[in-house]
Amino acid sequence: MNEPLHPQLLSIDRLAISYADGDERRRVVDEVSFDIASGEVVALVGESGSGKSTTAQAIIGLLPEGGRIDSGAIRLNGEAISHWSGKRLAALRGSVISLIPQDPGSSLNPVRTIGAQIGEIFRIHGERDRTAIAARTLDLLDRVGLSEPALRVRQYPHELSGGMKQRVLIAIAIALKPQLIIADEPTSALDVTVQRRVLDLIDEVRRDAGTALLLVTHDLGVAADRADRIVVLQGGRVQEVGVAAELLAHPRSAYARQLLADAPSLNARPTNRQPPVAGADSIVVAGLIQDFAVDRRTAIRAVDDISFTVRRGSTHALVGESGSGKTTTARSIVGFQRPTAGRILIEGTEISSLAGAALRQFRSRIQLVYQNPFSSLDPRQRVIDIVTEPLRNLSSLGPTERRAKAAALLERVGLPEALHMRRPRALSGGQRQRVAIARALVLDPEILVLDEAVSALDVTVQGHVLRLLDELQRERGLTYLFVSHDLAVVRQISDTVSVLQNGRVVESGTVADVFERPQSAYARQLIDAIPGRRSSAHVGQP
Amino acid sequence: MQRYVFSRIGQALLVLWLAFTVSFVLLQALPGDAVLIKFLSPELGLSPAQIAEIQAAYGSDTPVILQYFAAIANFVTGNFGYSVHAGVPVSQLLAANLPQTLRLATLGLTLALAIAVALAFLSTLTRFAFLRNALQALPALFISVPTFWLGIMLIQVFSFRLRLIPVINPSELQGLILPTITLAIPISAPLAQILMRNIDAALTQSYVEVARAKGASPAFVLWHHVARNAVLPTLTIAGILLGELLAGAVVTETVFGLNGIGGLTEQAVRSQDTAVLQAIVVLSAVVFVIANLVVDLLYPLFDPRLRTRQEVLA
Repeated sequence: MNEPLHPQLLSIDRLAISYADGDERRRVVDEVSFDIASGEVVALVGESGSGKSTTAQAIIGLLPEGGRIDSGAIRLNGEAISHWSGKRLAALRGSVISLIPQDPGSSLNPVRTIGAQIGEIFRIHGERDRTAIAARTLDLLDRVGLSEPALRVRQYPHELSGGMKQRVLIAIAIALKPQLIIADEPTSALDVTVQRRVLDLIDEVRRDAGTALLLVTHDLGVAADRADRIVVLQGGRVQEVGVAAELLAHPRSAYARQLLADAPSLNARPTNRQPPVAGADSIVVAGLIQDFAVDRRTAIRAVDDISFTVRRGSTHALVGESGSGKTTTARSIVGFQRPTAGRILIEGTEISSLAGAALRQFRSRIQLVYQNPFSSLDPRQRVIDIVTEPLRNLSSLGPTERRAKAAALLERVGLPEALHMRRPRALSGGQRQRVAIARALVLDPEILVLDEAVSALDVTVQGHVLRLLDELQRERGLTYLFVSHDLAVVRQISDTVSVLQNGRVVESGTVADVFERPQSAYARQLIDAIPGRRSSAHVGQP
Repeated sequence: MQRYVFSRIGQALLVLWLAFTVSFVLLQALPGDAVLIKFLSPELGLSPAQIAEIQAAYGSDTPVILQYFAAIANFVTGNFGYSVHAGVPVSQLLAANLPQTLRLATLGLTLALAIAVALAFLSTLTRFAFLRNALQALPALFISVPTFWLGIMLIQVFSFRLRLIPVINPSELQGLILPTITLAIPISAPLAQILMRNIDAALTQSYVEVARAKGASPAFVLWHHVARNAVLPTLTIAGILLGELLAGAVVTETVFGLNGIGGLTEQAVRSQDTAVLQAIVVLSAVVFVIANLVVDLLYPLFDPRLRTRQEVLA
């Protein structure tokens, strides 16, 4: 192919997109313009609802049902493709523009082999020679760094880890050497260390082929590390476009400044945490072992001899990747499962000795906030009822008092009365997580276990929720056990930390010690993988 | 895998035994018995002694528990006893009636599957919203039509009005067309509904978006990515629907005057012919159990995730 005459590979010109909303149309992208040059990396940054994914979907011609381009143009190599027919666009997809999706877990067909799913992109674009397809598939798998390609082609998605699946999806995206790859939050579903390796891989394959990349992300840290230029979107409009380093150093728009302030990865330590008053031990875990039976003979040891202590009024973080045993530990502490061995003391009470009514009453002293604010709230209940329910189960208050208490608490977590009669569906992710926090606090517990409580939220919302948690802790003298894979967030909110790997504690101590002077190789690796570190040199410098 | 097969077969045997026992108890609990119904009528002029003798011959005077064990032993060895009403071995009755019903049921299920797949695929692939809505409304219509009414209507329209299919002395093939349609339509409705819903669910999956991003056409996506994932839950329903099929066959055979298990059942119920009823219940249970066993064993072929033992991770 000849070098294109147009230096701009892709040019978005005053694009407006709307969705059908009942009988009306709701504008989600408005007057959005930006360009991508050949070989350039452009990051599209914004919170959910900013229109970043919609813009990306429009470029590849895959707007969801009800979505429509109202005006404006998408030009590829100077040619307007925004009003092409489905068939013409299909010829473009995969060959000229390709996609790396968000969630590798659900992006591969569970009933077809890896080989078939890579091979079919050649078939769709006209290759008929099976041996050639097989050879190119093996090449690709090797190219994206998967060991034993010959074995992988015959495997199914469930036999691969999340990182491996994302490599397969990258292989599909680069198979036909496209000019532009759209990566829609390509790593937000992956562990930090895997995240970095996958981003490195995308970088490498892209650089080799001179492919341009449109990186859609809510994480300014990721954008800062990887992009040449950054486009900041809010509410469907472009707030700011600029060269990455410049935009990070001197953001002009208010929104970009806010994003920058909220991005945990770009800020060393924004909240000024007071070291907790030397209090009694709130949680004591000693030699905790948790086995799960696979079948009659074998068992998996999910938690292997974990010990730590949390002082009253402080925040302790359990950090690790998936499979490290952090969630299992949290569930044992809340009393959802009996430890195989070891002791758990909550405010002086040995919880494995509790059963029946005593265990039920114990639950009011320690409450759990779950990761996913979308599935942890009953969609059929009103917000006020969700928060009142624990009181119905575990308190002696009458109906009016219960409602009053729940309403007051909802106000406290920042949900005005107008929202109390809504159902969860009518709330944003951040609002839902506030409901979950209110539900957890309504019984006046002493301890809150926060299982990845902010991981599903956008950075800005994450910032708000973290500040709320901080305030609540000081007001009520709460003890937090904060379970997370996100070290940047952990650093922001915790006093002490235990780093978990394969069910064991590999390092523990105060946040300052662990983050500034990590002793174990694994903790160092986790800290290095925090996005935004490459460019953090720019940030904060005049 | 071997363990999976054996445990499924074990479950199947347990179900058979339960079906036999429950039906045995229920049939014994019925007031009166076939022997009395047939021989007590005054016209035969039998003395009580003679009746007792006949009862002894049929074994109906022995304690129930002994009858139960004798019946199990007989069933296991393939001896289903004698029909009091027809005076011939039950196995002979079954042999005469089973082929007709099997043929009807097989044809009915095949046609039902074809209708369901056609409806679901057409409604997914069509570009016209009105056609999609119409196709998606059909299953609800199909399921609300009573079998006997449908049969009668089909005869009215195709035999009497259009004169396409003779009512008297149709050829074997002709005679099967209308009953097959009658049987298939109500069965196809739940199948089509489940299939449509699962196709819709599969279409929202990320892997479908990835396939479209590869440049695949809607038909390619439907065939290569959606179909197999959507068929999986439908398979379970197909196994369960077999019960419907047997029940439907009874009505259909009655409406169209066919000799089959349906007709036999009806007659056996009317004359309280316990031996025949017992055999039919067990036979239905066998068919049901085998069909579901086949479905269970087919599952791993369709879904690779069931082939290897899933590891339980915390």
